[in-house]
Order: sequence, then C-alpha cells, then structure tokens
Amino acid sequence: MKFQKSTLENYLFILPAVVIFSIFYIYPFYETFNLSLHNWNGISASRVFVGLRNFKEVFFQDRHWWPAMGHAGYITLIALTFQNALALILAMACDRQIRLGKFYRLVFFIPPVLSEVVVALIWKWIFEPNYGLLNFWLANLGLHNLAREWLSRPETALSCVALIHSWKGFGWGFIILLAGLQTIPQQLYEAARVDGANSWRRFRHVTIPLMIPVFVLVSILTILGSMQAFVLVYQMTAATPALGTTVPVTRILNAMREVQPPRFGFACAQGVVFGLILVILSFLQLRLSKKMRQA
Amino acid sequence: MASRNRFFVKEVGIGLLFIVVIVSLIGAITGCARAPQQKQADVVIWHWMTDRKNAFSELAARYEQETGRKVEFKLFAPSGVYTQKIQAATQAGTLPDIFGVLGEKEGFAIFIKSGHILNLDDAMQANNNEWQDKFFSKALIVNKFEKHNEFDVPPGIYGVPLDVSNIQMLYNKDLFRQAGLDPENQPRTFDEFIDAAKKLKQAGIQGLVSGWAETWMINCLASNFAFNIMGERKVMDTFRGKVPYTDADWIEVFNLFKRMADEGVLAKGIVAMNNKDAEQNFANGRAAFAFNGSWCVNVYKGMDPNLNYTAMFVPRASQRYPLLIWGGAGSSLMINARSKNQEQALAFLQWLTDDAQQAYLAEATNNLPANKNSLENISPILAQFAQSMENTTHPNIWPVHEKGPVVEAFNVGLQSVILGTKTPEQVAEEIQEVKVREMAKN
Repeated sequence: MKFQKSTLENYLFILPAVVIFSIFYIYPFYETFNLSLHNWNGISASRVFVGLRNFKEVFFQDRHWWPAMGHAGYITLIALTFQNALALILAMACDRQIRLGKFYRLVFFIPPVLSEVVVALIWKWIFEPNYGLLNFWLANLGLHNLAREWLSRPETALSCVALIHSWKGFGWGFIILLAGLQTIPQQLYEAARVDGANSWRRFRHVTIPLMIPVFVLVSILTILGSMQAFVLVYQMTAATPALGTTVPVTRILNAMREVQPPRFGFACAQGVVFGLILVILSFLQLRLSKKMRQA
Repeated sequence: MASRNRFFVKEVGIGLLFIVVIVSLIGAITGCARAPQQKQADVVIWHWMTDRKNAFSELAARYEQETGRKVEFKLFAPSGVYTQKIQAATQAGTLPDIFGVLGEKEGFAIFIKSGHILNLDDAMQANNNEWQDKFFSKALIVNKFEKHNEFDVPPGIYGVPLDVSNIQMLYNKDLFRQAGLDPENQPRTFDEFIDAAKKLKQAGIQGLVSGWAETWMINCLASNFAFNIMGERKVMDTFRGKVPYTDADWIEVFNLFKRMADEGVLAKGIVAMNNKDAEQNFANGRAAFAFNGSWCVNVYKGMDPNLNYTAMFVPRASQRYPLLIWGGAGSSLMINARSKNQEQALAFLQWLTDDAQQAYLAEATNNLPANKNSLENISPILAQFAQSMENTTHPNIWPVHEKGPVVEAFNVGLQSVILGTKTPEQVAEEIQEVKVREMAKN
C-alpha cells in the first residue's frame, strides 16, 4: 500500500512533463510519420493511404532530393572545417591575456546574433553582379577577370552561401570552444612546459585530448545547424535546383508550397528521412568521439 | 501515516496550484482574458494585398458609415504566409467570413470540394444577371467551374474578382533613346526584340529583367511562346500526354530562352532574382525591358514616379498561331460556406465591386478594376494593359493542367538552359522523363 502511494506520487509529479512532452513532441512526430504514409493536399478532410510510396519516391524517384542532401553536406563540410577552425583559432587567441580581449569576444559574437534575413540581404548586395561591392573592389584592384555573377552561377553560388553560413555561425563555436579552453587547468600547461613541451606539443597532448568533448559538442551542433541551413540559401539564391543550391529543407518547403496541389504527405516523408539521417549522423559522431577518447 | 497523507495532500495541492497558475498565464498571454473590446466586426476578411491595405481600410470606413455594418480587413503577408494561414484555418475550422485562395485552379477546387467556399450562382444571376454582368468575362471565368470540369467541382461561380491583371513586357523609353532606338517603335517580333536588346547592350544597358527565381514567371513567358508556336490545342495535348516535350515545337520554345541567354539579352543574375529585385532594377533604369504584370504600375510609381516607360505586347516568335499572354482575375475573394454571416458578407462584396468602389480602388491602388464600368479614371499605362485583356489566357481557364512535378522539371529546365548548363534537347528529355513517370501514376 505504502509502495503504491509513493509510486502514485512519483507519477503525479512527472505527469505535467509527460503531458507536455507528449503534446509537443510525441504527437507531432507521430502525426508527421502518419502523414508521410498518406497523400494529402493540406485542405481536404480526407487523406489517401499510400503506404511507403512517398518514401519510395524520396529515395528513388525525386531527382532533386539526393543532390539537395549533397549540397547541405557541402555546406556542413565547409562549416566543420573552415568555420570551426576559425572559431578554434580565435578562441585560442582570446584565451590568452591579450589587449581588448573582451572587445574581440563581443565582435566575434555579432554575426550569430544578427538576423539571417538581414545577413542574407547584406551579402546579396555585396555579391550583386552589377553594382555589388565585391565586383567593384575587384575592378578597382585591376582584377576584372575575377568579377562574376557570384550568386547566380552554379560554379560559385553554393560556395558563396557556404562561406557566408560559416561567417554567420563561427561565433557559436567560438564561445563554446573558449569556455572549454578556460576549463583546462593552467597547471597542466605549466607541468608540460617544465617537461620541455613546446607550444605544438602542449596543444597536441594537453589541449586536444581535454577538448574532445567540447569538439564533439561543437561538431554535432555544426552538423545539425548546417544540414538544416535554409534562410541564407533561400534568400541569397532562391535555392533553385538549376543553380545547385537547393537543400533538403527547401525541398520539403517546395513540396508543401510550390507544387500544385500541395503534397503534405510527400513533404512529411522527406522530413522523416531527413530527420533519420540527422539522427544517424549524430550517433556516428558520438561513437567516433568515444573511440577517439579511448585512443 | 497521517503526516504522510498531509504531505501528500499538500504536494498535490501545490502541483494543482502550479497548473492553475500556468493555465491562467497562458490564457492571459493568448488573450482569453479579454479586455473590453470595440464593436465586433460583422464581416471579417483575410487578405494578402499589402498595397491595398489603406484603400481597404478606407472602403471599410465608408461602408460602416453608409450601412452601420463593421467590416474588418486583416492583412497576412507575404502571400506564402497568407497561404499557410488559410491552410491552418481550414484544419482548425477558423476561416473568416471572406477570404481569398491563392494558387492554381486545382487548389481552388480542393477548397470547394471540401465545403469551404460558397456557390455564388444565385447572387450573380439575380435580377437578370445584374451582378455578373458588371465584370469583365475574363475576370469571372477564373472563378467559374463549367459542367464536367476535370476537378469534378459542381458547376458555378465561386469567387468575386476585385481586379484584373495581365503580364506583358515593358520598356524604358529614356534608355531606348540613350541606345539610339526609337521609343515609339516598339519591337513586335522576337528577332526585333533581340536586335533592340543587342543595341542596348552595345550602349552598356542591360536588356530584359524579370523575377525568374519565381519560376512561375519564366513558365508564363514560355507558355506565351508555346501558344504562339504550336497553338493551344497542341499545348493541351502535351498536358494530356499525347505530344511529348521532345517535340520540335517545344525544343523551339526552349531555344528562344537559349538565344536570349546567348545573345546577352537577359539581365545578370536573372535566374536567382526575385520579382521585387527585378522591379527595383527596372525602376532604377538598370535594365531596358521588364516582363511583369499590370500590378507593376503601382510598384513602379512607388519606386520612381517619374519613370518613363510603356507597355508592349510580348514579341511574336512565330506567325503560325495567335500569341496569348497570361491574364484574368488578379485578386478574387470567396465567401466561407460555413460562415454565419454569409448574407452580410455577400452584401459587402456586392457593394465592394460596385462601380464607385471599383473606381476608387483602381485610382488608389493603380490596379485594373474587375468592373468594366469603372475604367474611366485609370492611368494611360493601365489603359494599355486593359487593351490587351482580350488577348489573354490563364492556366486557371485551361481545360487540362500539367502535373506539379512536370511543371517543376519544366521551370528548372528553362533556368538550366539560361545558365547554359543544359541544352534545350537535354531539358526536353528530362521533362519528358518526369512526364512519363507522372502519367504512369494514374
């Protein structure tokens, strides 16, 4: 009796959390999966059950889906390498006692807090082929040959977006990496120095091993954020497959809004596939980091 | 045991109190705890027409003054946001008394078949078609479903057109002069158009600008050329699957875009340009030609009231068939079939489309009125657009429609042709491949 009452108490205490979690997480996920098995235009009261046909179309028939995954992968690759390397270098610089250190921290964190739409509009203006600043500077420097239609040519559009995405996002990595660097006890560096370790060896054998959990966190956040890149791509290049800038989120939006009549079931199937890919990527990343730590 | 029970009761009490506080807070934030309000509207209208916001408010005030009935216009913009709002409201059962349906006729049909839109036949045909006869036939036809239509919608009129529009070419007269061209002698054929654009290019002036990142606009020009080159019947037969996209006539259509790209006629960045940017480019004199709808008159006026431009019919690519441009009802409003205020909604729409109100809307917003008796005070440039209304067509009045994935392949293919990444023949093959796949689904 005593056990039952205490159990009931416990259930009552977690009930609000369970209810909220069920309403806002489990039910939407269930509904998304359920919709992915149907054809539905978003208006009609009835839906037509089609089984796994939408998934078959995503995997084997939609000629734009896998290229879109590839484009998101490219943006992610640039973010994982260029963006995070930049964030690490700047975090290490600010971790030292340098002049105006706090000012730099503030400046480096400005891009992430700016609205993505504003960032996209500013950079779109800079890249504008006729009157943009970039082509203007190139012309003034005598580099006319390098001037081009940056955002409206398939050769350059995706790379430009990837670089701006990295510029916009490096501030998050910078803050997290800086916080991680500041948790490393200074005694470890001093001991390494006494043992004759130079800067590279201190970085290689002290900083990197202790920063692995932070690298993992930053990498997972970067992968999740970059794979879901949308606003910059859409605003800067209209995310058209012809330019090679379409990404999974724009494909999902396309199925829901651009195609007539809207294909909500197909869009949900794309969403489920995309979500599963992100989950798999995150698990792979976690396993890799565990192995690295053990090594 | 007793103390434990007291503890249990106390904890549960605190928990319940917590829930009550949270629920009250949510209620207060979302407006359940209503403050004393002004008079509730008799008719609520949702719309997306940012440029008509002030004019609608003025008309609502006039209507209230005349009849004592309050009408509330609620703006949800841009159009993508509006569409989502409408879709969500259909699911939640919260559609307003009057709303508009954006998109193609198939989407419109879905709303009707789901019981969201009122059939207006009785009102339109009352008093010997009094209301119906006020409108341009082209404006009404997009809101009408004929017998045995492909969507199985019961025949009838389901929407009230507010204005009409069509999509044409425009050119900047000053830039024409600057390039040594006669601004009164507009290009009438595709070859003349290319020649004019080449002369403009030699003078350092860009040729054609349009928002071709919004792919329906590129589709619009392509279908103008398709009607001209192969005729309406062959276009419809293509949609029916009887003529392949690899047909020589379609290749000819795609080649027109290749030629425009190869000759440097198109403005830089046109494939990634939305129409707002394109309008800005034309209004700022950065391009001599624009491909845009009659709504542009108001837009250009806002951007540069002194812009010296005129409208021209899309240049003919062939003498074989008539060239038809896209046109018809610009914006239409529908009455919610489940609204409790249907009669009042109907009365307001009849008042809104009456001669005086339509003339005011045309003057205030520079749009072509749907009421044919309200054309007296429109601007000369709008009058030019009005003259072309007889030569318009629109996907919403076509007997058959192409499937969404095929339309996407078509539009993306045209963009690829402009970018030079694919040949017209490759694009034709790709579209046909998607077409065959979609036909197999039936």
